[in-house]
Amino acid sequence: MISVLILQWKTEKKKAIFKMNNNNYLDRDLLRFTTAGSVDDGKSTLIGRLLYDSKSIFEDQLASVSDSSKKKGLSHIDFSLLTDGLKDEREQGITIDVAYRYFSTPKRKFIIADTPGHIQYTRNMITGASTANLALVLIDARKGVIEQTKRHSFIASLLQIKHIVVCINKMDLVDFDENRYDEIVKEYEDFAAKLEVDDIRFIPISALHGDNVVDRSDKLSWYQGSTLLYTLENIHIGSDRNMKDCRFPIQTVIRPHSDEYHDFRGYAGRIESGMFKVGDEVTILPSGFNTKIGSIIDNEKEVQQAFPPMSVTLNLTDDIDLSRGDMLVRPNNKATITQDIDFMMCWMGNEPFDPRKKYTILHTTNKVRCVVKEVLYKIDINTLHRNEEDLSVGMNDIARIKIRTTKPLMCDSYTRNRSTGSIILIDEATNGTVAAGMII
Amino acid sequence: MSTSLSHLKELEAESIYIIRETFAQFNKPAILFSGGKDSIVLTHLAKKAFWPAKIPFPLVHVDTGHNFPECISFRDKLVKEFGVNLVVGSVQKSIDEGKVVEEVGINATRNRLQIKTLLDTIEENQYDACMGGARRDEEKARAKERFFSHRDEFGQWNPKNQRPELWNLFNGLKHYGENFRVFPISNWTEMDIWQYILLESIEIPDLYFSHIRKCYTRDGTILSLNDFQELKEGEEAKDMVIRFRTIGDITITGAVESEADSLEKIISEVAAARNTERGGRADDQRSDTAMEDRKKEGYF
Repeated sequence: MISVLILQWKTEKKKAIFKMNNNNYLDRDLLRFTTAGSVDDGKSTLIGRLLYDSKSIFEDQLASVSDSSKKKGLSHIDFSLLTDGLKDEREQGITIDVAYRYFSTPKRKFIIADTPGHIQYTRNMITGASTANLALVLIDARKGVIEQTKRHSFIASLLQIKHIVVCINKMDLVDFDENRYDEIVKEYEDFAAKLEVDDIRFIPISALHGDNVVDRSDKLSWYQGSTLLYTLENIHIGSDRNMKDCRFPIQTVIRPHSDEYHDFRGYAGRIESGMFKVGDEVTILPSGFNTKIGSIIDNEKEVQQAFPPMSVTLNLTDDIDLSRGDMLVRPNNKATITQDIDFMMCWMGNEPFDPRKKYTILHTTNKVRCVVKEVLYKIDINTLHRNEEDLSVGMNDIARIKIRTTKPLMCDSYTRNRSTGSIILIDEATNGTVAAGMII
Repeated sequence: MSTSLSHLKELEAESIYIIRETFAQFNKPAILFSGGKDSIVLTHLAKKAFWPAKIPFPLVHVDTGHNFPECISFRDKLVKEFGVNLVVGSVQKSIDEGKVVEEVGINATRNRLQIKTLLDTIEENQYDACMGGARRDEEKARAKERFFSHRDEFGQWNPKNQRPELWNLFNGLKHYGENFRVFPISNWTEMDIWQYILLESIEIPDLYFSHIRKCYTRDGTILSLNDFQELKEGEEAKDMVIRFRTIGDITITGAVESEADSLEKIISEVAAARNTERGGRADDQRSDTAMEDRKKEGYF
């Protein structure tokens, strides 16, 4: 079986569909997606299949994985051996940490944040989801919607992922039955009505045999939609970015001190949202001064405009002293300046959350300290019920918290702005990152 | 008017953001410069991040003494052109001072010895963040690496207790004596690097292009004839048309037979490649966990 696969791979390598076309590499964009799942629901097989069919697995990697598969006495290639990079993971057959995987087609480059699905790894799921454009949810067609499906979907919704692709996998094991597929779609839709995700799509697949992953399956002829890869390649993500609210947190100040650029003072940072143009009037937060954009530097050249997620340097027409942590916005559209933050927190620390402790907070390019004012409730991520009785927060718990910070932060709600609406909490004794927060 | 970025521009913006965060969050950052294409791209990104100011970090080169001579001359030229400081940590010096013992035997290399020299150079110069050109697609242990990778006071990496990395919020807080490795080009693949080199007309050492070289073959790997290794019985050096896909020590870097003498041809070759670029690296082949083991000790 293994040698057949390798042989097949060698000949398929010549297939034109994934042939790298050098002329269009400038037109390709980037899609980041997250997956979650446990050992037996076929997640590794699906990722392996995507990498394998897009020719992103090399011969030496394949040989090493098939050797290891043989040693484990398997008759098929265990693709999880590709993604589970650490010794302990391979020995124990579990995924401990987020693994990042890459593949590309002539249309897009993809970054997969591959995360374990167990409840104790909720923090990894959230980490993977925090930078994703899309979440890929896997359902075993025999089992239907289970707790893990709900957990992963809820996290995708909480982290404001705009697109969910639900793959109903192992269709071969339910005889490619359309009724079973419809049943699961209905079950998922009932549950998803409670979530804040607009774009949910369903695809019946068999990752093991490749049905509807890259090529259309004739066994699923009743299904009229696209294959998984076609969906991933064509889903429109351009409009997901916030182009309305101009937000530019300053990372650092650039002063060359050279003869040629003696008076140069540039503000380096990334456009988090909105469009900035030369000549635009801007307000500096928190001071509230108004000035104009004199020039924008991108790539050692002056440009007329900048948009997310560009890293640029801005020059202002007035000589105002700004520093890291300040933010440029538009006069008629300012971020909220506040010391009181109300947010949903996912606790990631090994030690439980201690409301009596002070924590350090990172928000955009600011670092402040905080005290905890109130723990409002915990959320059961399987049922989505609020628990106002038991307010103890431990690893992987999600809770609504109010804090007060030592200095004001310039923020927006997370639903409106992923960058200015997110914070992390740091334990002051260990310096470890112990929580992620989404501002309400 | 388009308001979307190509994948290369988005990767570039991400890397520049991380390089600037490193500058802003640490007291004394440095770039680990190997002379290979990845660290060259990293240095170019650092230049863009601070232009028109100069790169505010030194380049640190761990010199094993087993270099390709072409790499050293390339390094010196680049340092001059960019007006940046060069700090060299010497493995030979570590050997002479008795801090490390040279491996013996026919397959002896200095790959592992450089860990000690690297850690000493970091400590002597008190660098608190060292940026490297490692990528997650290179090797399975590196796929689990963070952008901001915390190292304890012994320079060790603990893969099971890494800080979660969310959104674009990078936690560089540390205790006295600890330091960070930072990997701004984590999300680039080998193909991205080549396309970017082409797009930006970045100069790279000639070793990457097809040329004629005296080589010999050992355990299936084509190695350049060099002053540090002797031929075993039955091995024979002959002129071959080759190029290198990665560049490390001359004693361990395998060549590929290739006629690709331009960036366009290299890109076509990489697109059709059947083996990973590190496939020719004897240092990774010592065991299944060779990279993870070295990383735990303090390797990049």
